[in-house]
Amino acid sequence: MQSTMQKLRQLNLSQYVVYIGFLLIFLFFAVTLGNDGFLTQRNLTNIVLQTAPITIMAIGLVFVLAAGEIDLSFGSIVAVAALGSAVVLGDYPLFVGVLAGLGIGLAIGFFNGVLVAYLRLPSFLVTLATMGLFAGVARSMTDLRSVPVLNESFVNMFGSGSLFGVPSLVLWTIGAVALGHFVFRETKFGAHVLATGDNARAAQVTGIKVPHVRLLVMMICGGLAGLAGLLYAGRLQAARYTLGESDLMTVIAAVIIGGTALKGGKGTIIGALVGSLMMGMLNNGLILMGLSVSDQMIVRGVIILIAVAISLRDVNN
Amino acid sequence: MDLSNTQAADVLQLTNIHKAFGGVVAIEDFSLNLKAGEIVALVGDNGAGKSTLIKIISGVHAPTSGTIAIDGKETSFKDATEARASGIEVVYQDLALADEQAVYMNMFLGREKTKGPFGQLDRKGMVQETEDLVKELDVRIPSAKTTIRNLSGGQRQGVAIARATHWATKLVLLDEPTAALGVAETAKVEENVAALKERNLAVLIISHSLDQVFRLSDRICVLRRGQQIGVRETAKTDKNEIVSMITGV
Ligand SMILES: Nc1ncnc2c1ncn2[C@@H]1O[C@H](COP(=O)(O)OP(=O)(O)OP(=O)(O)O)[C@@H](O)[C@H]1O
Ligand SMILES: [Mg+2]
Repeated sequence: MQSTMQKLRQLNLSQYVVYIGFLLIFLFFAVTLGNDGFLTQRNLTNIVLQTAPITIMAIGLVFVLAAGEIDLSFGSIVAVAALGSAVVLGDYPLFVGVLAGLGIGLAIGFFNGVLVAYLRLPSFLVTLATMGLFAGVARSMTDLRSVPVLNESFVNMFGSGSLFGVPSLVLWTIGAVALGHFVFRETKFGAHVLATGDNARAAQVTGIKVPHVRLLVMMICGGLAGLAGLLYAGRLQAARYTLGESDLMTVIAAVIIGGTALKGGKGTIIGALVGSLMMGMLNNGLILMGLSVSDQMIVRGVIILIAVAISLRDVNN
Repeated sequence: MDLSNTQAADVLQLTNIHKAFGGVVAIEDFSLNLKAGEIVALVGDNGAGKSTLIKIISGVHAPTSGTIAIDGKETSFKDATEARASGIEVVYQDLALADEQAVYMNMFLGREKTKGPFGQLDRKGMVQETEDLVKELDVRIPSAKTTIRNLSGGQRQGVAIARATHWATKLVLLDEPTAALGVAETAKVEENVAALKERNLAVLIISHSLDQVFRLSDRICVLRRGQQIGVRETAKTDKNEIVSMITGV
């Protein structure tokens, strides 16, 4: 009895907020928008497809936050990687274009990581600066012009294609979540990320290579932002400097609501997935309700505030 | 390895250790030997240099001059990891536990057990070993899966000492392990420290409580403003002598 009580007390609410919130929002839209096409298979599939880049970015952010750092620059990385890849695809075959996109993401992540891990500059300031810097790079790369992606296999692979009837965007989501979850939960590296974010000094004295961990999480986040850029370019069949521009809040909200601690030491990839699906559903429902863009932003902001407040409640006391 | 030699040599030999931080001299000409199964207490006022000395032994700071020998072999650790690899464990004043992680993850922090082709964490194995160890050391915690945050100060210190016990093969350094604890919890931690001696480990413990020092130690070493005032056998001295050595009056 006693131990059951103890266990109950140790279960913190924040872990389940995302699942409850997801269900509540789903039910709300199912009831209010059931006749407006919310429940159609097409619409539900669409939500998942639209959420794919958000989920991929969220996975990277879970690693970064769990390690006690933050990355604000991933939105800009998305744009630079998508544009870089699209430009390269104009002249080179598929795999060169893919490598360009992922390489750009990893390289920017490396740049962030070196500043954070080895020069010990605060990641908030570093990535705030690189967010602006690479947003500028994205604008100047093609003079604000969007670049069409005509490579069909690229569009199949990262956009409209499917394998055995499963849309490729869904496959990318499942693959990234599965791999991310495995690395985060089941490997030494994942444990070291959590320890670093929890108590960097403790991690250090027990022999964990803390700077190494910090560099790697920034690179993971950059690399995944690069992948998100490819997914955007594939789905829209074009790359543009605005890609990823407005995803910062959505991704951070998805991750925090999902149960990852802003102060490090705690995180969950599955939670981030559900959080990001919840954000996608919210977007979709608000549009179907016929809200104006400004009203959508307000309602979304309020709902995120409520969800984040509940998620962080037990951290504060 | 020459066994006869290892048996003869002291576990730790500090010779003429000197440490300055810029212009500030923290340790001046310190020498001390520690044998296996011996508990030596390091006492002195605030700022005397006790923590600095422990950091030098554990590879956090390099001495400005002087030598450190482990089992008679001179060493110079590049960092704490190297010291750990040679069987030296430290229990820090401010712990060194990751609060949001479970007890068993802390026990294996930086040395996680893995299994399988992809190097998965062997959680089951780590939980089992932790349960065995805390039972053996009588550290009373709800379970190895409890998060550190949910433990009391004494339980946390128990976990930190259990970790040191588990990994140390030669020497355990403790920096004020009971500073933040109540009477009962302190007694428990002292039992854990005494158990290290039973395991034939050498122990160097910093404490401001002379009662504790007299309960636990075989010898007492006094530092005052970086200077080594002297070493006494606990059985052959008393509190008055130690106090006057600490204060210099
Ligand atoms: N990293 C450092 N840089 C500069 N000075 C230091 C550093 N570490 C310690 N000192 C100085 O060395 C001296 C000894 O400090 P130390 O922490 O070893 O004292 P202590 O004996 O452990 O004291 P306490 O009982 O208060 O813990 C102090 O004057 C301190 O200011
Ligand atoms: Mg000290």
